Amino acid sequence: MATAAEHRTARAPADGTADEAARTAAYEAVFDAAVAADERIEPRDWMPDAYRSTLVRQIAQHAHSEIIGMQPEANWITRAPSLRRKAILMAKVQDEAGHGLYLYSAAETLGTSRDELLDKLHTGRQKYSSIFNYPTLTWADVGAIGWLVDGAAITNQVPLCRCSYGPYARAMVRVCKEESFHQRQGYELLLALSRGTPEQHEMAQDAVNRWWWPSLMMFGPPDDESAHSAQSMAWKIKRHSNDELRQRFVDICVPQAESLGLTLPDPELKWNEERGHHDFGAIDWTEFREVLKGNGPCNEQRITQRRRAHEEGAWVRDAAAAYAGKHASGNREARA
Amino acid sequence: MTVTAGSAAALALGDDALVLSHRLGEWAGKAPVLEEEVALANIALDLLGQARVLLSMAGDEDELAYLREERAFRNLQLVEQPNGDFAHTIARQLYFSTYQRLLYAELAAGDGEFAPLAAKAVKEVTYHQDHAEQWTLRLGDGTAESHQRMRRACEALWRYTGEMFQPVEGVDVNWSDLETSWLESVSAVLRRATLDVPEGPRSGAWTAGAGRQGLHTEPFGRMLAEMQHLHRSHPGASW
Repeated sequence: MATAAEHRTARAPADGTADEAARTAAYEAVFDAAVAADERIEPRDWMPDAYRSTLVRQIAQHAHSEIIGMQPEANWITRAPSLRRKAILMAKVQDEAGHGLYLYSAAETLGTSRDELLDKLHTGRQKYSSIFNYPTLTWADVGAIGWLVDGAAITNQVPLCRCSYGPYARAMVRVCKEESFHQRQGYELLLALSRGTPEQHEMAQDAVNRWWWPSLMMFGPPDDESAHSAQSMAWKIKRHSNDELRQRFVDICVPQAESLGLTLPDPELKWNEERGHHDFGAIDWTEFREVLKGNGPCNEQRITQRRRAHEEGAWVRDAAAAYAGKHASGNREARA
Repeated sequence: MTVTAGSAAALALGDDALVLSHRLGEWAGKAPVLEEEVALANIALDLLGQARVLLSMAGDEDELAYLREERAFRNLQLVEQPNGDFAHTIARQLYFSTYQRLLYAELAAGDGEFAPLAAKAVKEVTYHQDHAEQWTLRLGDGTAESHQRMRRACEALWRYTGEMFQPVEGVDVNWSDLETSWLESVSAVLRRATLDVPEGPRSGAWTAGAGRQGLHTEPFGRMLAEMQHLHRSHPGASW
């Protein structure tokens, strides 16, 4: 079994010779052994190019989801119906910005800068989670996002705390702690509505009706159609299949919905004694693919707002850079 | 509700914090850089925390925030000014946080009813002031464009700064000393930022003490309409 120390020594410059091919094969063997032994791969370790690019793609998509995901919730900050709820919501949206920061930093450890990734987001070359292309139409949507969307995200992300890439795994430990806090807050918000006036109960039920199916789609396409799954499982970036995680999420939500006094909008949802899981209805994958292609209710709005914020902030970033430049040279002159 | 001098003062200080927190909350998802998403939200959250303590000293925090009409709010006109560009937001924050830091330091040193809150809040506000000063330096002494924008913002908001030193009944500080310290502090930062200290009047016939008397500017009514709409649409509901 390769130790972490041996593994870290497996680095050498590429020189395009036959020796290099032999070395690469040797490094790859060390890498594979480390993954097999459940050791963490660290930034300075050798890793296959495809492993690196898979991680950059996944971490970037996750980071982008955090910052685009601020928009549907920020939509309600200025209308939050009590000061306590307003404080909770502001803190939550702030946490998402913080998650964006850790995740862009995790991607930077793989040699890709935040600017480069933001540029890919703004030009449509990288994606964010499709769930944020749905609108938040009422206050109850804030609760439904917390309960269902954050709930689905946690189900996806808890296994990532054991992801083979160290910086990503460590970022996810912190992200998951905060996400589970958000999930409980969302649940509690919906509970207050469900037990409130008939209008509030109706608002909560309507939000759950609209967010349930898109939440199930967050686990990605069915296993037999998932393009990246098999290799990611082999590399221990991913630990469970999309369908396994989706089933786990459904099983968690059913009793929670009962406690909330709300109905999940699926007439086929029922306990299957034999499987020891809940059966559920067919997901509309046509809708999923349409939203993914850019035809969801808010795709255009989300990316336009993101680009606008970035463009309108350009003069501020330029000013900060210019000021830092002047002061750095000022310091050098002072020392000289 | 009987308004004592103490609760009137709590309303004035509480409304300042509530309204500025709301304005900063409008930045969420729109800040120029991710670090500022975190920083602006942090300041907004600190101010909201202060507002909740202060409004609770005067009555029920939600009734006061959501069920008063515009004319019953006692905040400074400065804090209700729209965010504008990032320079306007920073100029507003520089003016207000400098004021709030000086005021809370005074209150914290005394033994009045606001001393415990002020002692905690002054630590938060010191950070807010530092944040605003750092950005004033970067924008003032950054690029030609940022200098221009920051200069315009400082001038545009200057007319709302005189109101801060209209005495608030029940707040026992030396208002004229406070004003002198404020002018010194703000002028020093503006000069370091290569910006001129604005020359225009710091108050006029209309603006002098107007917010504290419940006279506000046009954008404030729309801000309240958005803030209060949901709460008012469900009378008596709890959230």
